[in-house]
Amino acid sequence: MENKEQPAMIPIWFFIGINVLLYGVIIAGSGLIHWSNPPASVAMTNLHPDVWWGAFMTVIGLVYTVRYWPTKIKEEPRPDTNATGGIKRD
Amino acid sequence: MSFLPLPIVAEVASKSLLTLSSVDYAIITFYFALVLGIGWYLKKFASTGEDFFMAGHKMTAWIAGLSFISANLSSLETMGWSGMAAQYGLLAAHGYLIGAIPAILVLAVVMMPFYYISRTHSVPGYLKLRYGEDSRVLAGISFSAMTVLVCGVNMFAMAKVMQLILGWNLHFSIWVSSLTVAIYVTLGGLLSAIFNEVLQYFLIWLGLLLVPILGLWEVGGWHHMIEIINQTHPGQNFTSLWSNLGSAKDNPMGVDWFGIVFGLGLAISFGYWCTDFLQVQRVMAAKDLRSAENGTIIGAALKMLVPLIVTIPGLLGLAVLQAKAHITFVGESDPRVGMAGYHTYNEVLPLLMGRYLGPGLLGLGITSMIAGFMSGMAGNISAFSTVWTYDVYKPLIRKSGSDAHYVSIGRWSAVIGVFVAIATAYAAQWFPNILIYLSVLVLFFIVPLFGAVIMGMLWKGATKAGGFWGFLLGIGSAVGQWIYVHTSAAGFNPSRLNPDHVAIVARSPLAGDYATTVYSAFWTLAFTLIIVFVVSLLTPRRAESELTNLVMGLTPRPKVEGSLFQRPVFWAGVVAAVLITVNIIFW
Repeated sequence: MENKEQPAMIPIWFFIGINVLLYGVIIAGSGLIHWSNPPASVAMTNLHPDVWWGAFMTVIGLVYTVRYWPTKIKEEPRPDTNATGGIKRD
Repeated sequence: MSFLPLPIVAEVASKSLLTLSSVDYAIITFYFALVLGIGWYLKKFASTGEDFFMAGHKMTAWIAGLSFISANLSSLETMGWSGMAAQYGLLAAHGYLIGAIPAILVLAVVMMPFYYISRTHSVPGYLKLRYGEDSRVLAGISFSAMTVLVCGVNMFAMAKVMQLILGWNLHFSIWVSSLTVAIYVTLGGLLSAIFNEVLQYFLIWLGLLLVPILGLWEVGGWHHMIEIINQTHPGQNFTSLWSNLGSAKDNPMGVDWFGIVFGLGLAISFGYWCTDFLQVQRVMAAKDLRSAENGTIIGAALKMLVPLIVTIPGLLGLAVLQAKAHITFVGESDPRVGMAGYHTYNEVLPLLMGRYLGPGLLGLGITSMIAGFMSGMAGNISAFSTVWTYDVYKPLIRKSGSDAHYVSIGRWSAVIGVFVAIATAYAAQWFPNILIYLSVLVLFFIVPLFGAVIMGMLWKGATKAGGFWGFLLGIGSAVGQWIYVHTSAAGFNPSRLNPDHVAIVARSPLAGDYATTVYSAFWTLAFTLIIVFVVSLLTPRRAESELTNLVMGLTPRPKVEGSLFQRPVFWAGVVAAVLITVNIIFW
């Protein structure tokens, strides 16, 4: 197979990071807004799970977003799939 | 799109289980925008056939493993198996233990090298190399039919769930989800499907993990939950994996250990995990054989974790919703469905989400369910696109086209597949139980396929005629058994079992739909293996030189380099040891 250069692809982890970061901020913010006035129909609100779960997601999302920020990725050669038994169409 | 029935985006019915806030809608809307954006971005990376159908062989072991498991973690699974746990107790966890892990490990260390080294692009493609064109086309057509049907079931199930728990318009859910899937699979092919499956995996865990955490917190921990269940269900064993499987009458599922081990653990599980191309395609897209093997093993390890967000919520349904909130769970066809205080088993997970998840968190939970349904659709459509293009269109319609032509056919088949699936989604309204319907599809198409494939891989004496007739008659056997158990003096009724016939197929008249299906799967597999064997004895064999890289003993495995900790077989052993330990702990 020709080992040609191809455009660098933004890793899936970056998209996950952005998604989780945004959701974390929204959920934690919503939890803070409802801190003293939680919905009556929801159980266990005394634990404020939305605040700490949102904060947890914010941290995870931030780590993934920064770690896999698109400017950090380099162009990679197309993998040689024949090295250990590549696949070709019959 | 004026033809869409979209006058009401979120018509909240008076009987909906949950109500979303504006924060929840913002979370759901961002998810749709993100998946469409990812599809658009990946279009430029899906220009060749290898890119579109095999994701360019760029996947690392982790991405392959996450995608492998995520393709199976649709919301049908999470809701359906939570409901099964509420109905049958801890027995439902077998679907994630003996009903999955041994088969996944065998796929990793035994079968994956054959798929990879034989250099085919699909499971039907392997059949062509091993048994010839007839078997390949039969597998291609049957698999194409199955993927479209399953995609349609996912659409319908999502629409029903959204209607049930949020009051959304049925047509709105079907059309928006299907068009979104059609767009992003058509743009990015398998790459797009895999990206969204990995994203979905994170969303499902982040969206659902709080439910068992808060539920166990509320009941005072695991042991208190078990005590409550035992107190409220005297004389019934809902909390064991094996000790209640001595006889079909000892457990609510109506199955014994033989059915679980040989029906679920062998026939259905090995068929599904080792030969369902939807699953195998994910790990075949790995960048090399070791990544494919390790990705599969990672998938096995992740699979064992799923009961945390599926089985425990089901048990919490018994300990919290039934014992504390005084909700009575009944079957889908029970006449009390819809009456105050009565809910179906399938509603356990949404009810728990409504109990524990406030604004924002509920939006995340609902988004994870939508993502799960759409991922299930996309997985089936991308597999359909590959198999239809290479295993049906190419051999039957146009043998020698350019790569660009087949990519074009792949894109069009994805769009057409979605529209055909929409039609089947509306047809699914007539089936009473969707999870049983799915397991019946696996019984019909995948179990016979597994019988033919495994004989071809392990026995060099299997012939072309043996493989083809074993596969074809295996399908006939499965369909015949299904008709038989649903036929009584009053005639054929697909929603009603005949206990007299069930007693013959499933060894007990008490066997329910699922127990009957796992027993039928065992007989179908046994029948397929016998047919392949007998016909092969009577028909000419292929020369051994033609079977190199296709059959065990004639396939040199690549040399395994690196330390013990880098070897797939070591990690397969670790996962197997954990599986045994878990089964002993919850015996």
